[in-house]
Amino acid sequence: MVRYSKIFIHIFIFTFLINNLCSGKDISVCSVRGYKTVKSALENSSDGDRIIIKKGYYRENNIIVDKRVQILGEDNPVIDLEFINQGFIVRKDSVIIRGLEIRNIKVSYVQDLSAIKIENSSGCTVENNILYNTFFALYLANSDNCLVKGNKITGFAQTESSSGNGIHLWKCNNIRIESNETSGHRDGIYFEFVTNTRILNNYSHNNLRYGLHFMFSDSNSYMKNLFSENGAGVAVMYTKNIIMEENIFTGNWGPASYGILLKDISRSVIRRNKFIKNTIGIFMEGSDKMNIEENEFRDNGYAVKVFGNCSSDTLIRNNFIGNTFDISTNSSRNENYYSENYWDKYKGYDMNKDYTGDVPYRPVSLYSMLVEKVPESIIMMRSFITDIIDFTEKAIPVFIPESLVDEKPKMILNEYN
Amino acid sequence: MNTKILKYILLDLLRSKFIISYTLFLFLMSMSVIYIGHDSSKAAVSILNIILFVVPLVCIIFGTIHFYNSREFIEFLLTQPVARKSIFWSEYLGISGSLSAAFIIGAGVPVISAGINITGVYLLVTGTMLTFIFVSLAFLSSTINNDKVRGVGLSIILWLYLSVIFDGFVMMIFYMFRDYPLDKYIVALTSLNPVDLSRILILLQIDISALMGFTGATFQKFFGSITGKFISLMLLLLWIVIPAFISLRIFNRKNF
Repeated sequence: MVRYSKIFIHIFIFTFLINNLCSGKDISVCSVRGYKTVKSALENSSDGDRIIIKKGYYRENNIIVDKRVQILGEDNPVIDLEFINQGFIVRKDSVIIRGLEIRNIKVSYVQDLSAIKIENSSGCTVENNILYNTFFALYLANSDNCLVKGNKITGFAQTESSSGNGIHLWKCNNIRIESNETSGHRDGIYFEFVTNTRILNNYSHNNLRYGLHFMFSDSNSYMKNLFSENGAGVAVMYTKNIIMEENIFTGNWGPASYGILLKDISRSVIRRNKFIKNTIGIFMEGSDKMNIEENEFRDNGYAVKVFGNCSSDTLIRNNFIGNTFDISTNSSRNENYYSENYWDKYKGYDMNKDYTGDVPYRPVSLYSMLVEKVPESIIMMRSFITDIIDFTEKAIPVFIPESLVDEKPKMILNEYN
Repeated sequence: MNTKILKYILLDLLRSKFIISYTLFLFLMSMSVIYIGHDSSKAAVSILNIILFVVPLVCIIFGTIHFYNSREFIEFLLTQPVARKSIFWSEYLGISGSLSAAFIIGAGVPVISAGINITGVYLLVTGTMLTFIFVSLAFLSSTINNDKVRGVGLSIILWLYLSVIFDGFVMMIFYMFRDYPLDKYIVALTSLNPVDLSRILILLQIDISALMGFTGATFQKFFGSITGKFISLMLLLLWIVIPAFISLRIFNRKNF
């Protein structure tokens, strides 16, 4: 008993100390009495204070947060920027902004105006906000160790030149982006010079250009996100060491639309993703040492389009179901490795019943190479002449890259557990 | 027009072994494609292949052979006070009617039972259109030739041309003129072939993802629009009407 009471007293003293040290006073902002604006509350606050914004409608903009405060909204108070300037500009570490609704950000061709901007700060949290009718919505510049979670970001972008990005990161490190929803921007999530960042469980849809756009951002991971109906899908460029797992890419339709566009990226993993109903599932250009494994490609126009300048990539244990073309390439050489995939077009047999086909499968058809050379011939799809062309090529391969072959095609769907 | 003759021909054909086995064949093929495979888009592709391959071949060959076989019957009818036109249309509608009935029952029942959707409707409409078109062509080749062997030969060549050779030429043109913008001419070129027209109409339903690519978009714009679809259907109708009327002209002036 004595020991327990001792522990209890310790805990009591500890919490008392912590309370006194860390928590400042609460300041409430209300449209009826007390501080009527967030700005005036901020002016009268000091580090460690909590600014609680009551439910209401506040017409404010350009709110500079240079103190270590928590800005908390009660029942989503609306902060209307009235298309004048930007919203919160955070320039201090460990600021928390939670539960606000920020509306109507001005479109600017000079400045990147945004609803919440975090500059040169560390350890900030932006959580459960609603950002509506935005130009840029969340903008993190030169910051690290931040959390962006549960925000719902809606824009109404008309053209690429007059629109901004939903979540924009520039030169950041170790950020977590979780469970956000972005739509109607130029890019849903945009990364430039960002490292060690996790993008988890987000939903990025109906953006004009990319659902997610990576450039020069190494060692990031994105998992369990859903990217649907974006202008051009997801682009990962000039980057290495990316992990992409369990994402869903769907409904990216159009002449320049991809599930993922990989351009000059290397040493990355694409694993257990689903590519459903895209014009092109994965488009690879200048990418090497990629591990593309255990993905599902379903009902795409082209499941994977590999340009000739890709090398040392492996595609193993993927499922290809109902795609018009499984693999398409513009080169007569192949430097990538294909194995143990399930191809629904495979017509081989399995004598020893080990669920691996005994005849190798060549996923590139001559017709798909012809379409690559003469795009108009797409109109002849599913006509006899294309069957005849493919059949003769299968009998005597001449044009198809010799080594582009799956030696161990699966007879049944690959299961991932 | 004398409906009595039509009724006789139609009933006679519907009871014939050939039409019944054709119906059964289509039925079993479509059933197995739909119910053995578990992928609905794959089933649509297989049925598309049946429609583009089997239907034209069967219709043109059966139409030709039937015309020659009922030559004595036609000659007998001509001795009666019946207009030639009426005999011709009865024969034509009898054959194409029974064949399309076989098609609609044989392929339609499985397609509808699998759950009706827009692709299914297109499959059935184009299949029926192709039936009428190839019976027209069969009549054309059998009215041109008095000799049965030559008639059947011409029919086979017509089928081969429309199904394979034409596409081969188009592919060659694609390849030879690949440096030029061809899309518009290709739309015009493909509409010269009923098999291609039907194929493209269905393709727009099942392979839309691939067609959304760069050049596919041009075709999508034409064939995917309401006017494009209307024009395609009109062209298919022309393919029914023109050969039928030419062969009627020949039939009217023929010396039996």
